[in-house]
Amino acid sequence: MMTVATVLSCLLPLASTLALAFSGERLGPRASTLIGVGSVGLAALATAWALLAYSGASQSVTLWTWVSVGDFQPTIGLTVDRLSLVMMGIITGVGFLIHLFAAWYMAGEAGITRFYAWMNLFVFSMLILVLADNLLLLFLGWEGVGLCSYGLIGYYYQDEANNWAAFKAFIVTRIGDVFLALGMFLIFVEIGSLDIGQVLDQAPRVWAEGSATANIAALLILGGALGKSAQVPLHTWLPDAMAGPTPVSALIHAATMVTAGVYLIARLNGLFLLAPDVLLLVGVIGAVSLLLAGFAALAQTDIKRVLAYSTMSQIGYMFVALGVGAFDAAIFHLTTHAFFKALLFLSAGSVIISCHHEQEMGKLGGLWRQLPVAYAGFLVGGAALVALPLVSAGFFSKDEILWQTMAADRAGLLIAGLLGAVLTGLYTVRLILGIFHGEPGSHHARHPEPGKNLFTHHLPLIVLAVLSTFLGAWLYPGLGELFPAAPGEAADTGHTLLQVLATGAVIAGLALAGWLFLMRRQWLHSVVEKGAGARCWTLLNRAWGFDALFKWGLVRPWQWLVHGLRCDFINRGMNLLALIARVGNAGLVRTQNGRVRTYACVMVLGVTVILISLVLTRGGGT
Amino acid sequence: MNGVPMEHGLVLAATLFSLGLAGLMLRRSMLFVLMSLEIMLNAAGLAFIVGSTAWNQPDGQAMFLLVITLAAAEASVGLALMIQLYQRFHSIKLDNVSRMRG
Repeated sequence: MMTVATVLSCLLPLASTLALAFSGERLGPRASTLIGVGSVGLAALATAWALLAYSGASQSVTLWTWVSVGDFQPTIGLTVDRLSLVMMGIITGVGFLIHLFAAWYMAGEAGITRFYAWMNLFVFSMLILVLADNLLLLFLGWEGVGLCSYGLIGYYYQDEANNWAAFKAFIVTRIGDVFLALGMFLIFVEIGSLDIGQVLDQAPRVWAEGSATANIAALLILGGALGKSAQVPLHTWLPDAMAGPTPVSALIHAATMVTAGVYLIARLNGLFLLAPDVLLLVGVIGAVSLLLAGFAALAQTDIKRVLAYSTMSQIGYMFVALGVGAFDAAIFHLTTHAFFKALLFLSAGSVIISCHHEQEMGKLGGLWRQLPVAYAGFLVGGAALVALPLVSAGFFSKDEILWQTMAADRAGLLIAGLLGAVLTGLYTVRLILGIFHGEPGSHHARHPEPGKNLFTHHLPLIVLAVLSTFLGAWLYPGLGELFPAAPGEAADTGHTLLQVLATGAVIAGLALAGWLFLMRRQWLHSVVEKGAGARCWTLLNRAWGFDALFKWGLVRPWQWLVHGLRCDFINRGMNLLALIARVGNAGLVRTQNGRVRTYACVMVLGVTVILISLVLTRGGGT
Repeated sequence: MNGVPMEHGLVLAATLFSLGLAGLMLRRSMLFVLMSLEIMLNAAGLAFIVGSTAWNQPDGQAMFLLVITLAAAEASVGLALMIQLYQRFHSIKLDNVSRMRG
């Protein structure tokens, strides 16, 4: 029963994609919306069915064998266990709410059919990614979500900047994917199988703990995860990816796709435990990313970019949890993050549409009275983001991460996490104050048109808001027995102290933000106006200048090299061949003149030459 | 019949063939080109006859029957083409139909 439900929840979005993609323009916007949203809704129902039918043991279903070459026999096979089910629940559940909201957000846009075709294909690919029982099928889903991300970032393709953003996202994540592919090759060569269960089973027998090959394999897979999850140094694409429609940002660039890296590392936990150094590196990269993105979020003016950097920062927390071996805590935070970040993005989308596509913080402001639903969404989502104690979902998951970090004795990661909590409070308060309080900065912000549709606008926001409170944290089933024991499993000393400390960090962040952005507003403005303050602002606004670094360190030298190679001698040789062909062609074209008599003359000439040469050679031969 | 040496017959055939070939190359009118082709075919046929007579072999005469059949077929196709040519261009000059660069 469960396998039927699982397969069904995969096939529904795929069927819808095919129907939409091959309909041409025959389907109207209403029909496209109905098919696009309905299929994901049905997939969510099928997932709920699978959850109800779940017996506690993992189940596999092999649909067919994909390739069969000697020992290499990857299958199209799905495995359902608790981890897959949690991910499926997020993808189809949160995905459905976002699709529903998109019906409001995208109303009246051109190309609705294309939008839903991509969105449904994304849901399908993501489901394949989390359900695949072997790495090759996982890679198919992995590339599929990347492709959909590309298609949706460039959705408004008539603006050139959006296409460049889509290229950037595609190319940067592709760099990570190359690493992942290499890691898969290495695993296949060494272990002889790509089946995830077999790989995890065999790896400890083939590789000793800490051996070089295990380290390399883990590093390569980490490279793939970094690209997809937008962690340093492959993170530069995520802020630019905000060029897509806001529901896309909510679904792909916050709730699901960017957490695929976390899922991958958690799924292959046995491999990473064999490479403790790489696992620590995961944590360090997470800590660096969360601080770097936290600072960068402080100096953004576009509300979606603030949310993008905060996504990066929260995924940094997940990586920290993975780094200390607390896989359960990482997936817990992944779940709550999916709820509250989807809520924040959808609320931002509500503000953006209400104010006629205005998303600059300076041009918004004072909207709390006119847009109460979006305001409530931002308050609840923001509370979960800063991990407001006890009432928010984010508190429970982030507390778990910090506690595991402390139990694992990683003081540096713990300090980064606490500092990150302060930063989160700062930028969240700045964001909410900037949108909803103060003076409206433009005509559109003074006269907003709030979303009124109960079903497609209010309902997704309300459901996600409920899930972002402690109720959402209760929903998480806990995956303890699936993963090796986390460091803080047995111990309990100091947990209360840490909770007090974390709460202190949150309150410190909020208080500092309140003081800075409410009391010392003028002073803050004057500081960033000129001198060192302005330089600091620019540096943070550009997220520490990674884009410039890549541009001058990689892209430009490459362009110079290519330019230099354009006129080398090999190329000249090639051009000579082309020249010969062109001259020969010009000469022969002239003989083709259509005069039968000329043809006859040439033929006679040819025959004569042949006869004479025959006579001469025969004469010489005998 | 044995009075004519084979060389004379062959020289006559070669002369006829050369005349036909010259006509084929030099004449502009399609009618004369077709006639030149006939002459060339008949020259080849004459060479067959001369050969078969000289060596007392019937093969050459059988070949000649094949040649005149072929010539008849060729003439009919050629004349049909010529009529078409005249209807389209009101002229039977071959140089006029070089437009297709065939």
